[in-house]
Amino acid sequence: MTRAGWTATLVFGALTALAASVAARARYTADLSAFLPRAPTEGQRLLTEELRAGFASRFLMIAIEGGDPDTRAHVAADLARRLRADPAFVVVSDGDSEGYARTASFLLGHRYLLSDAVTPERFTAAGLHSAIGDALDSLASPEGLMAKSLFTSDPTGETLHILDGLNSPHIATQNGVWSSHDGRRALLLAQTAAAGSDTDGQEQACRSVRSAFAAAVARAPTASALRLAVSGPGAFAVSARATIRAQVVRLSAISALLIAALLLAAYRSATALLLTFIPVASGALAGVTAVGLGFDAVHGITLGFGVTLIGEAVDYAIYLFIQSAGADVAEWRRAVWPTVRLGMLTSVCGFAALVPSGFQGLAQLGLFSIAGLVSAALVTRYVLPQWRPAILETRDLTALGASLARVLGRLRAGRAALALLAVLCGLALFAHRATLFSRELTDLSPIPAADLRLDASLRADLGTPDPRYLVVVSSPDTGAALESAEAIARRLTSLADASVIGGFESPTRFLPSPASQRARQASLPAADELSTRLREALVGLPVSDERLAPFLRDVEQARTASPLTARDLSGTPLASAVDALLTASGPTTTAFLPIAPPPGGELSTAAIAAVRTAVDQATRVPPRAAGSALAKPGPPQVSARLLDLKAEADDLYAHYLRQAVSLSLVGLAAILLLLAVTRSPLRALRMVTPLALAVLTVAAALALTGQRLGILHVVGMLLIIAVGSNYALFFDRLAQHARGEVPRVLASLAVANLATVVGFGVLAFSSVPVLAALGRTTAPGALLALVFSALLAPRAALESPA
Amino acid sequence: MSGRHAHAARWLWLAALAAPLAAVAASSADPLDALMHELAARRHGHVTFTEVQYLAILDRPLESSGELLYEAPDRLEKRTLRPRPETLVLEHGTLSATRGKHTRTLELAAWPQLAPLLESLRATLAGDRSALEQVFSVTLDGDATHWTLHLAPREAAAARVVRQVSITGAGADLRTVEILAADGDRSVLTVGPELPP
Repeated sequence: MTRAGWTATLVFGALTALAASVAARARYTADLSAFLPRAPTEGQRLLTEELRAGFASRFLMIAIEGGDPDTRAHVAADLARRLRADPAFVVVSDGDSEGYARTASFLLGHRYLLSDAVTPERFTAAGLHSAIGDALDSLASPEGLMAKSLFTSDPTGETLHILDGLNSPHIATQNGVWSSHDGRRALLLAQTAAAGSDTDGQEQACRSVRSAFAAAVARAPTASALRLAVSGPGAFAVSARATIRAQVVRLSAISALLIAALLLAAYRSATALLLTFIPVASGALAGVTAVGLGFDAVHGITLGFGVTLIGEAVDYAIYLFIQSAGADVAEWRRAVWPTVRLGMLTSVCGFAALVPSGFQGLAQLGLFSIAGLVSAALVTRYVLPQWRPAILETRDLTALGASLARVLGRLRAGRAALALLAVLCGLALFAHRATLFSRELTDLSPIPAADLRLDASLRADLGTPDPRYLVVVSSPDTGAALESAEAIARRLTSLADASVIGGFESPTRFLPSPASQRARQASLPAADELSTRLREALVGLPVSDERLAPFLRDVEQARTASPLTARDLSGTPLASAVDALLTASGPTTTAFLPIAPPPGGELSTAAIAAVRTAVDQATRVPPRAAGSALAKPGPPQVSARLLDLKAEADDLYAHYLRQAVSLSLVGLAAILLLLAVTRSPLRALRMVTPLALAVLTVAAALALTGQRLGILHVVGMLLIIAVGSNYALFFDRLAQHARGEVPRVLASLAVANLATVVGFGVLAFSSVPVLAALGRTTAPGALLALVFSALLAPRAALESPA
Repeated sequence: MSGRHAHAARWLWLAALAAPLAAVAASSADPLDALMHELAARRHGHVTFTEVQYLAILDRPLESSGELLYEAPDRLEKRTLRPRPETLVLEHGTLSATRGKHTRTLELAAWPQLAPLLESLRATLAGDRSALEQVFSVTLDGDATHWTLHLAPREAAAARVVRQVSITGAGADLRTVEILAADGDRSVLTVGPELPP
């Protein structure tokens, strides 16, 4: 090896070691974060928190299917027992009556703090008379047969009033446990201790459910036919991560194997094959290193996209080995390298446009590709020639190239048809313009449709529809947040009574604000006073005050009790309800009030406006009474707003898509500019036309096959331009000064193109939609880019001099 | 996901809260087929009712009134109009209670303690002997012009709430339904005249 060879090798070795140490220390993730915005709006921030850790993210819905109802119920109850004993779960509900009993005794025990009917007026003699009279009326109903046991301690009917305020979805029960409406599944609902964003914790929880189920089945003699299904945000995150991980590994391996087979056939030289993969490997390493340095974490999906780099980085070495076969490397460096370098730079221009994207997956892809391509090209230029044996026996592909040239030359006669193709594709796109672009964030979701269907049916059975509208109240002060939530809840109650909305939830149902609890306690008269008022109130009623001694005792106890806190709820199924609706992150407490649509419908625009108005009005009035506000330096800051989760998500997606389109156009403009400056505007136009035609054709084909264009299709199109510009540059060079190298260059382009098509083609079979979209766009697009570039190149580019 | 899973019908809580008292279920067997056959011939009915409840905790009995509607074989509606409107519908084994704006539903099979309240009446009206005997020990007294059915809940959960249901009637017409609660309280429902359709 020459001195220059040693230098190149040493530098390469040092950089590789450095990159490897950075890559080894980088953080890798496969959660939702790649899909979440970096610089969110307020709504997007709330959405992001919702998706990651909010409200719904801790619930796992568990279904047991198959077998007979008895066995299902038995195993479900056993599973619930086991999960309750597992610290990974906070609450496990299966509809057993114990859960109701615990809830009911909690409500009964704290009725005077929980009931919003407790006011000073209700505890005057007249108020008591009317409340007790009402309670007596309800004793006359069959329900009263059971309610009467409460009467002596709760003659004003506070417990019934609280129960009346609860929404009660109809969850079917079968053999004492929840079941689906069709009676084919037993159902459980578990709340995990781990947050939804903690994918490791969720994975552990899902594993616990599976092993507890296996243990429960093992103990039941007839349970072998039972199947377990787990759904919910945590389960989705776990399966998405597993899918992405498995696919990245599998797809990389498959495309590497296929490309290796292709190259072995092309080179017939193991040495050349090994050398070809050196720039690819160093490109991938450089990509991971750059992303690791530029971002908090390297996302799994980025590595998935990185698979595509194999398809492009491998090209440089292919050009080197095929075009310099049996010739001097120095000549290749002098004559061909500038073209490869320009091709690499055009690709870099294209990918550079992605880096500023707010969609992290895209930004990482851009950076990964830039670093990868630059490094692959530099390794090909400076390192490979040093390591290439003096005589590298590779297969002579001149004959293949020559016949390709003949075929393309013949096809060139019909190139006018391409104009027709362009028109037809344009018409197809115009006809599909309404459905051209996808509009929903869920299109990015790696969750298979079957899992989403299962999730939807479990939600329907458990009466827990995916909430779309949420009122979100945040404040640094928990009490202030709860007070605002109460003020909003009062207005929402009127809207629900008027059937404008179907109903709503509020954490304050079970955890009233400290101020409300104090006000309720202040409404309760002292023992002597109450017994005087009660005697007066009972005049004319068929009940005597001696019987109501438990009432006097309970009121006195409630009057002096310490206020209810979230901790008092633990152990009841209500804890999960409150935890889900009231979260504390850092210094901020956030209360969620999900709004249900009227039965069988969506919230109307008018209803949404009414809810917005209610929220504004409730928060404009300071929730604290003027007197107590004076004692404080000022009411704590409270912000409240109505959040439409779906609209926020779709807006976010539309924003990404617009951004992807405009960034791609910027990338395209940069490529055009680069070509125009280094060659000439006319030649630049000539090079870009076939690439644009390839993109147009692929877009039309996708539209005609019913696929809506999403972000990754757009990125795929940018890739077509980036990869295709290499081909176009070679044809441009051949047209300028072809010196008998046409067959060899054509052969190298064909092999490089095949490698690209294989690399992306493998992605097309991925079950992760974003990867599949990229593959389905770029694989056919790269092939078309080569063919169209050949057909539209000047005749000289395809003619070998005699 | 909301916390709504944590809530269910008020009935369920009331059932959970109801004072558990032991009761003894009597058992007997009596050929009721003639009576059941006669009752089963009726396809629908719409009558008024008055109900008087005698509760130990109260100094005076409570009175209520309303209408009963029956469609053979398995829809029974008890529409209390006074003193407080409330509608109970038992249909195909599902019980729903409507009070004000709130309607609550539950499967009767899952809550055996609720069975005596309406299913006793429904199964009697339907002349459904097997349904009656599934839930109650049935005894028949009297003759066709003045009969009394004594129904004692078989299920322990139901017996904790209701000791016995006694239904009197003449021919295919029901006269009274008396529910004796496990704690000794009782209610007597008296069937009034048939209402015009």
